[in-house]
Amino acid sequence: MREKLAEIKAIEEDAKAQYTHTVNVCTAAGCLSSGAAQVKEALGKEVERSGLERWCQVKGVGCLGLCTAGPLVEVESQSAMYGHVTVEDTPAIVGGLNTKPVERLRVPTGTPFFLRQNRIVLENSGRIDPERIEEYIAAGGYSGLVTALTEMTPAQVIDEVTASGLRGRGGGGYPTGLKWTTVAKAPGPDKYVICNADEGDPGAFMDRSVLESDPHRVIEGMILAGYAVGASQGYVYVRAEYPLAIEHLKKAISQARRMGLLGRSVAETTFGFNIDIRLGAGAFVCGEETALIASIEGKRGQPRPRPPYPAEYGLWGKPTLINNVESFANIPPIIRNGGEWYASLGTEKSKGTKVFALAGAITNTGIIEVPMGTSLQEIVYEIGGGVPGGGRCKAVQTGGPSGGCIPDAYLDNPVDYDSLRSLGSIMGSGGMIVMDDSSCMVDVAKYFMEFCMTESCGKCVPCRVGTVQMYRLLDKISTGRATLEDLALLENLCDMVQNTSLCGLGQTAPNPVVSTLRYFRDEYIAHIEEKRCPAGVCKIHSSVAQTDSPSYAVAEVAQ
Amino acid sequence: MATNPRQSAVDPPSDDKRWRIVQAAMRRNGFRRDALIETLHAVQESFGYLDEESLRYVARSLRAPMSHVYGVSTFYHFFSLKPAGEHTCVVCTGTACYIKGAPGLLDAVGKEFHIGDGETTEDGKVSLLTARCLGSCGLAPAAVFDGQVAGKVNREAVVERLHAWQNGPAAVKASPESSPESEGSAVYA
Repeated sequence: MREKLAEIKAIEEDAKAQYTHTVNVCTAAGCLSSGAAQVKEALGKEVERSGLERWCQVKGVGCLGLCTAGPLVEVESQSAMYGHVTVEDTPAIVGGLNTKPVERLRVPTGTPFFLRQNRIVLENSGRIDPERIEEYIAAGGYSGLVTALTEMTPAQVIDEVTASGLRGRGGGGYPTGLKWTTVAKAPGPDKYVICNADEGDPGAFMDRSVLESDPHRVIEGMILAGYAVGASQGYVYVRAEYPLAIEHLKKAISQARRMGLLGRSVAETTFGFNIDIRLGAGAFVCGEETALIASIEGKRGQPRPRPPYPAEYGLWGKPTLINNVESFANIPPIIRNGGEWYASLGTEKSKGTKVFALAGAITNTGIIEVPMGTSLQEIVYEIGGGVPGGGRCKAVQTGGPSGGCIPDAYLDNPVDYDSLRSLGSIMGSGGMIVMDDSSCMVDVAKYFMEFCMTESCGKCVPCRVGTVQMYRLLDKISTGRATLEDLALLENLCDMVQNTSLCGLGQTAPNPVVSTLRYFRDEYIAHIEEKRCPAGVCKIHSSVAQTDSPSYAVAEVAQ
Repeated sequence: MATNPRQSAVDPPSDDKRWRIVQAAMRRNGFRRDALIETLHAVQESFGYLDEESLRYVARSLRAPMSHVYGVSTFYHFFSLKPAGEHTCVVCTGTACYIKGAPGLLDAVGKEFHIGDGETTEDGKVSLLTARCLGSCGLAPAAVFDGQVAGKVNREAVVERLHAWQNGPAAVKASPESSPESEGSAVYA
């Protein structure tokens, strides 16, 4: 198998060397929605028209990161990246191939956005064509798998993962090595590996980007996990809302099968492993592991009490390993380069890198990967380019509906599992939404509570009833009808729902309220006592509003 | 694992060719009950929504109680039990889109067409849906028009688009498989 991989790599490199120019067009979902497919087609035609097809190849690649400037095109030979490319721009780009890059379209790549990143999970994103297994192999893919299967025992694979210090990237931060050890030790011949790709946090799109841009990396990680824990069947549970990711994943699985890397005999060894895709159907709670298992079994996605944990009693009652997309995507480089190498990155308790999705009131929206411990300040103001128009960043929201808002004053804190928790937020899966002065924190808390209220599965009372009551109280506050007693009641409820809910959804549902109360209590008070919304977002009930209040401004941030 | 591979003993409700897609999906999973969600996906992709007839058929074929099938199909937001309009507009209400003006988009559509989330205009032309997050946060606010994702949309653009659908002749549809958001692609028109 090793020879086969080497041969494919050599062929790929030869093929590439024949071309003087490679034009990469980002065809991930972000750029596609701004017309990347048409740009790619036009570039291909233009190359043909200029008679350059023997010297120049046009290639669709995964996410190039800077979604805000999409569609993005990169010319490798000129190290030029172009943004906001339209079909009309293509003759200029092709015409400039043998002369000078087109300056008016260029996106500066010498900025912190590109320089401060350390790409491990995203090493191939925007470099390879995600629909061709050969390119992944040429980039060193599957070599770690072959090494593990031929030279390492399952226990040694787990040792490397443990040594890497990798912690669950879905947000919980449970040590991955420990989880693998538990599943490996669980008795019984049937075990399962599940990849949680049910990225339900609004504002998070890292997993989608990884699956679209480099699906083989996740597959390789899952096969390695299967080998390490002794499982022969894997499932990827992916959101039905991500059609492109599903398409790439399906293609990747069938390519890996044809290549002999999946199936009864993986890479010509006695180890067999198969992967199937299971589609989600739009239920946020299915990101919770026991609910996810129920959903794969064809039931309603309702969680059950833990313990027993899925590591002992999971899918169809068998020991099951569940990891998130990004966790699996980290495994191949860990096996390839060793756990110690990975552990040399990041902070003492949070190793490696983390992928974040930057969105909201920030100049450079897109996907970034930085070492753990990078400060929020650096992420928002340097890499992210700050708030557009030089405005003030009011707060950064991390962790989605389970997380919290971190105010501007605390942005010098490093990003790792523990310091985010101490700030009252969580790492979450990596969505980071920047808010400026035009956002009202009460409204934001209400937004997340509305989310949790509708997504509550209804199984346990604290979450089912508590979220509704909390939402009503928040609505009362935001419309200026609340009293200070209501606020006290809200705080009481937060505590109750946090401590008595069955699963993570309910336990973390009050977090956005608790964290905004902690840092932005004055805004709540302004709504209650002065009957006004400082940000001018909330529509205060006309009968209670004071005449001088500016609260009629509509929640509209016209772009 | 509840494996019970067998042939479908149940005939589809009609000789509509689309049932073959549904049958193929069930056969691929050995008519196992745990493939219920996959089967419902196949029904919705083929017919645009799940009606009682199809739910009963799926229940009989997979030997699952109707209560279970109904429970699952109403639990998941992705499944729709009523037919969608000729065109669908999905407005993303994820956090990034929310703070960048998604409520304004919904408001504008509501004012102009008198429809809310999950509703269809009286003439059956346009359905309005919301999505929790499309993952196009970099292009907030985002919306999906008949399966085509559009970024950085504003109120005027949405209203204009929907008016064009309402007034235009039987417009050309995006292909049904281009995106799950294009469900209900004029199948029941």
